[in-house]
Amino acid sequence: MNGSLLEVSGVTVTFDGFRAINNLSLQIGEPELRAVIGPNGAGKTTFMDIVTGKTKPDEGRVLWGEKSVSLLEMSESQIAQAGIGRKFQKPTVFEAQTVRENIVMALRNPRGPFDVLFRRGEVASEERVRGISDEIGLTEALDKVSGTLSHGQKQWLEIGMLLAQDPRLLLVDEPAAGMTPAEREHTTDLLVRAARTRAVIVVEHDMEFVRRLDCKVTVLHEGSVLAEGRLDHVTQNQDVIDVYLGR
Amino acid sequence: MERSFVARNPSVLWFLLALSIFTIVVTILSEALGLGLMSTSFLKTLGKTLCLCLVAVAMDVVWGYCGILSLGHFAFFGIGGYAVGMWLMYARTEGIVLTSLASAPLPPTPEEVTSAIGTQIFGVVGSSEFPAIWAFSDSLILQLLAVVLVPGLLALVFGWLAFRSRVTGVYLSILTQAMTLALSLYFFQNDTGLRGNNGLSGLQNIPGLESVSQATISLWFFWASALALGLGYVLFAWLVSGKLGSVIRAIRDNEARVRFLGYHVEGYKLFVFTVTAMVAGIAGALYYPQAGIINPAEIAPVASIYLAVWVAIGGRGRLYGAIIGAALVSLMSSWFTGGSAPDINLGIYVVKWTDWWLVLLGLTFVAVTLFFPKGIGGLFDRLVRNPDGGAR
Repeated sequence: MNGSLLEVSGVTVTFDGFRAINNLSLQIGEPELRAVIGPNGAGKTTFMDIVTGKTKPDEGRVLWGEKSVSLLEMSESQIAQAGIGRKFQKPTVFEAQTVRENIVMALRNPRGPFDVLFRRGEVASEERVRGISDEIGLTEALDKVSGTLSHGQKQWLEIGMLLAQDPRLLLVDEPAAGMTPAEREHTTDLLVRAARTRAVIVVEHDMEFVRRLDCKVTVLHEGSVLAEGRLDHVTQNQDVIDVYLGR
Repeated sequence: MERSFVARNPSVLWFLLALSIFTIVVTILSEALGLGLMSTSFLKTLGKTLCLCLVAVAMDVVWGYCGILSLGHFAFFGIGGYAVGMWLMYARTEGIVLTSLASAPLPPTPEEVTSAIGTQIFGVVGSSEFPAIWAFSDSLILQLLAVVLVPGLLALVFGWLAFRSRVTGVYLSILTQAMTLALSLYFFQNDTGLRGNNGLSGLQNIPGLESVSQATISLWFFWASALALGLGYVLFAWLVSGKLGSVIRAIRDNEARVRFLGYHVEGYKLFVFTVTAMVAGIAGALYYPQAGIINPAEIAPVASIYLAVWVAIGGRGRLYGAIIGAALVSLMSSWFTGGSAPDINLGIYVVKWTDWWLVLLGLTFVAVTLFFPKGIGGLFDRLVRNPDGGAR
């Protein structure tokens, strides 16, 4: 795994004097599944904001892909088109629209207004919609307004929209929040399967969920990396026990 | 499977049917071709109302579907009116001048003709020179192009500046109001070359059609307005019902999320803003020849606010809602303010509707916003249950 897909180095972000991210460095390869954990305020969400272009850092570099292009000069939509997909903590699907409309919008296709209006360059939409809805278990609900879905179904729909984008890197913020045990299991499967062909970063609070993902873990604390490694290894680290687990 | 255009837009067929029946009935009642039961002035009012419906549909697309509360679309409507009005005024004055100079002993030079037309048109603002913006006023084709291109270009530049800076919500509304106010003040100035507060007049007289009666011309304009409204409705239904509609409704509901899906949100807003401005221009170009006069008061900021009120009362986010709102409110408005509404004598106070109509309209707006957020069009939702709630 030489040549990482995403390379974050020496990134610092300050909000009104508060250092949300402090000299953070992190790399992720392709394919890889990575869990990022840390107490509240550790900078997990800010990290995602930086990678997806929502927040611009004061210092540091964020490099992407084989050609190591900088993501810092790109807009949110350009970053998304480059192949980075994001799932928010709160499920954010378009509730006034059907499951199908949500997925069709996310499908990887030309994104300009005229491309969309005349549906230029679209290939086999219906088949791809079917494939994704099967994957997330919402085929029966395709024509339902997504606002009527259960919380767990909305989370899956959002993951399905991510898959439809066909990104190389998925950033997933607390996917298991508010889910029943059965729903969690399904979500774990989805993420593990997605990570076979692409890079997936999961931000999570829930240790049990992280354990089930069975992957490399990065522990954030006060905006920088405190420890990195297998979960068992990390949980034995004295620093980690002090700041995070030893409450 | 994806359904056909008509299946996704049941309202299109119903609307076109209703519009056709309405047009036929009006034609039958008209003075020109029918029984003569309807006065020409009322025919003009109906024709104008159709134009207002068209601009309201455009407003609904930009506000109800894309979430941009533009308080400037009536300015685009006015610009369309001015663009066609310049040709109407020029060509008609030219005709009059040529007729009067024909009896002169020497044939007039082109300079004399131009100067005489200039004096006729700009005499009211103490000038006889043709301002630069009248350069193309002798060409109907170019002025008709201006009906679409000037509002389109203005919307493109304004929208590009505003959307690029990510101005949204109420701040954007204020900006569009500022644009409208600036435009209306600009049009008010005599130096602008559009006859200041006199505006353009005599627009009901169509050059080359002097022998045709107003009753007939009015009927033609009524048909043209109905056709434009029908085409506009189909165009916008097509725009908002497909995937583009899906994206712009998503922008209305959660703009940031759409960006993370990889869509360039600003480009979409600019597209919708510009297309609707162009349609507003067309609506204005059909309206003012029926009104006969246009002056800068027409594009005052309050006009654009009325437009938003119509759409809110009719029901945002459904095209027929905008039509219901525009038709109902503008017809009621002309009824109440035209003096035909009977005053109410309360003994101690006489309610004169010419004064109280605005109060009634304001209260209706507040009531609709509070109690029927979906507007009058929302009532249809109770009658027609949409199986998937998708297309509206």
